[in-house]
Amino acid sequence: MGAGLLLLLVAGLAVIGWAAGVARGRWLRAAPGTGTGKGRQLAPPFGWYAALWVAGPPLVFVAAWAAFGPALVTDAVLRTPDAVQLPPPGFARATLLAEARALGLGRSADAFHPLARALAPAYAAAQARYDALAVAATLMLALAGGAWAASRLRPGFLPRPHVERAVGRILLAAALAALLTTLGIAASLLWESLRFFAIVSPADFLFGTRWSPGAVDGADPGAALGAVPLFWGTFLIGGAIAMAVAVPLGLFSAIWLTQYAAPAVRRRLKPTLEVLAGVPTVVYGYFAALTVGPAIRDLGAGLGIADASAESALATGLVMGVMIVPLVSSVADDSLVAVPADLRDASLALGATASETVRRVLLPAALPGVMGGVLLAISRAVGETMIAVMAASGAATLSANPFRGATTVTRQIVDLLTGEAAFDSPKTLAAFALGLTLFVATLLLNVVALVTVKRFKETYA
Amino acid sequence: MPDAGAQRQRRHRRRRARAERMFRLAGLVAVTLSAGAVLFLLTAVASRAVGGFTETRIAVPVDLGAARLSVTPARLAGRGADLALAGSGLEAAVERAAARAYGPAPDAWLSSGAWLEVRDAVKREPALLTGRRTFWLPAATAIDAAAEGRGTAAARAAHGRLAAAGAVRRGFAWNFLTNADSVDPARAGVGAALRGSLMVVAVTLVLACPIGLFAALWLEEYAPRGRWTDLVEVSINNLAAVPSIIFGLLGLAFFLGTLGLPRSAPLVGGLTLALMTMPVIVITARGSLRAVPASAREAAMAVGASRTQVVFHHVLPLAMPGVLTGIVISTARALGETAPLLLIGMRAFVAAAPPSLTAPATVLPVQLLLWSDDVDPGFVDKTSAAIAVLLIVLLGINALAITRRDRWEARR
Repeated sequence: MGAGLLLLLVAGLAVIGWAAGVARGRWLRAAPGTGTGKGRQLAPPFGWYAALWVAGPPLVFVAAWAAFGPALVTDAVLRTPDAVQLPPPGFARATLLAEARALGLGRSADAFHPLARALAPAYAAAQARYDALAVAATLMLALAGGAWAASRLRPGFLPRPHVERAVGRILLAAALAALLTTLGIAASLLWESLRFFAIVSPADFLFGTRWSPGAVDGADPGAALGAVPLFWGTFLIGGAIAMAVAVPLGLFSAIWLTQYAAPAVRRRLKPTLEVLAGVPTVVYGYFAALTVGPAIRDLGAGLGIADASAESALATGLVMGVMIVPLVSSVADDSLVAVPADLRDASLALGATASETVRRVLLPAALPGVMGGVLLAISRAVGETMIAVMAASGAATLSANPFRGATTVTRQIVDLLTGEAAFDSPKTLAAFALGLTLFVATLLLNVVALVTVKRFKETYA
Repeated sequence: MPDAGAQRQRRHRRRRARAERMFRLAGLVAVTLSAGAVLFLLTAVASRAVGGFTETRIAVPVDLGAARLSVTPARLAGRGADLALAGSGLEAAVERAAARAYGPAPDAWLSSGAWLEVRDAVKREPALLTGRRTFWLPAATAIDAAAEGRGTAAARAAHGRLAAAGAVRRGFAWNFLTNADSVDPARAGVGAALRGSLMVVAVTLVLACPIGLFAALWLEEYAPRGRWTDLVEVSINNLAAVPSIIFGLLGLAFFLGTLGLPRSAPLVGGLTLALMTMPVIVITARGSLRAVPASAREAAMAVGASRTQVVFHHVLPLAMPGVLTGIVISTARALGETAPLLLIGMRAFVAAAPPSLTAPATVLPVQLLLWSDDVDPGFVDKTSAAIAVLLIVLLGINALAITRRDRWEARR
């Protein structure tokens, strides 16, 4: 029985506990001698109190069971006489056990290895035994919790403060889950990166100019894992070309929408732009690869550029820029609207034209907000993966020519991890080191962006 | 004769007016370009998708009695039927039947998986093994392209012959919406990918909605002001802007590496996307909780409600429309997300809808990525059709959320 069914069982029991608690609360309310004061309470807190006690202990058990149950079942199988023939711990043993498990639990029709076939009944028996045990334990814990709650729900007992304290704790746990995710990301990236830097020196990785993970040499892996071409490609595509498209288009769209467009036009166009922000990046990537890439190559060839590529930095950056326009324009829009109307009115009253007001008054005032938006946009472009996977080149070159191929950090992470390499080879570990660099870079950009936007908001709050 | 000063002023005014016009034009051009880029994208998808949604079928009189297949009706019962029919020469017999009816084909008359439809019919009706019947079978990619007026001259001539015989018809490819992936473009569909997407998003929402909403409630209503609260707040704000591929790395290292969960499974995909979606839900939920007027809170407190009662009976119901909008928008984002799923192994060819949360699965965006890489030209239209399905779902969800929000904001 999976954790899902156990959870369903717990939920059912909790509903029963809730109903019993509410009934108890009603009865206490109606009982003689509790007519006034402390004793007179609403019924629902009684229900919640009972439900929390019925569901809480089994939930802890189910979580533990989901984590340790499979290992217990495997242990039981290993104690059977047939298990002596198993190979020593390692890859062969793991595949054999996985096969026996799949057969024993009815997930596959037949096993390749005869020993797996022999072990399958043991798996089925152990699983059945532990399933029965888990259900029994869940029921027992729920009953114990329910009994405890029933013993507490007497005249004069106030369940509400207890329930409210429990609710506060549940909410706190949810908030801590968010914190743990951040820590988990940082820890897992750091851990794998440290393993990588034990093989390759950080200086080789950060300052090396040759990146060809296909030709990693066991004696000196650092020589082929220098990430400078990736950083350059990421900057060229995401930082330069995409921004050269997105910032003017986004900023001028925002200016036109806030200053010149008729209110009716603005009401229509703004949600349209927001809807566009919802187009998945894999769609943009498909267009970059199928339409824009070849067009740019032909353009480059027409201009007489010899090594124009269909996987050029220009095509990738252009499409990425178009993708980011809605982000820039919506942040710029918000910042322009947030500038107090007094400033604008004063400028217009002095005889400035609308464009002079925008350039000399509104934009300088809104600049921190706009800059924050641009920083956020850069962080989006630098972390954008699918467009780079589908349209950028896989080979790392150090070239400032936008018509030539360029690769990005994200593209290389995907390439390194979707191949058939062992999990702890320098190649896969390099992906985590790249991930760490990307994480740190986007984190810095975001922190600076958020601080800038916050300061801007405080100025005009 | 006006004096020089007045003239200079007039010139100055004219220059300012021109600058004003140019500025205004620049804005208009920017909006038009942005909207135009998107319009171009959508029309390009739509025009190609039409080809992906239509299929060409050819009437083929198949006489299995004359084909002398090496299979007996007795073997069609039970599990071995597929294997028995595959080894009986049925595939060649079907293509031969087409060649006998319409002469030599330019390359092939039927798509490489067309005989599977005959196989399924034979399994349902073993009597067909000795009889004859006319099947409408999917045409080869070349014939399909010729039916749309593209393709080689030979294929167009062949299509002309079929059309003259009344043996070809085009229609909406219903099986595109129900079938799983296949190596034969005529049989490939998004059904399994849609189901995979649905399972992944279900896991995501079941985890991310309660945790995200609860975290938002704690931060807005319960958290004591202090350094720890700031830490949680800063980490959530930053999580929302972490590139999605980083969550894929986390999923790979933690769910697959440390916990040993199965690769390519909707469960792992859902867990990974839940980590990515949760901060977005927290941020939007906090925004709408903060927008609840203080008067509602104060009124509830004034009649003696406890903090929990204020939050759950008064603040949360008022904030619910905004919370739901945030959830809907992040659902759309999760549905369109690809990169983290690639890293947890959802790049494999999956030829069946996933039976459980731990079985290998594929999702719609990954499916169209796989098709876009395929060398078979029949998959070009299929990719656009898959994009169309994805966009209809996503833009529908987004538009719903945005119009709902605008209506709700207008009412307040």
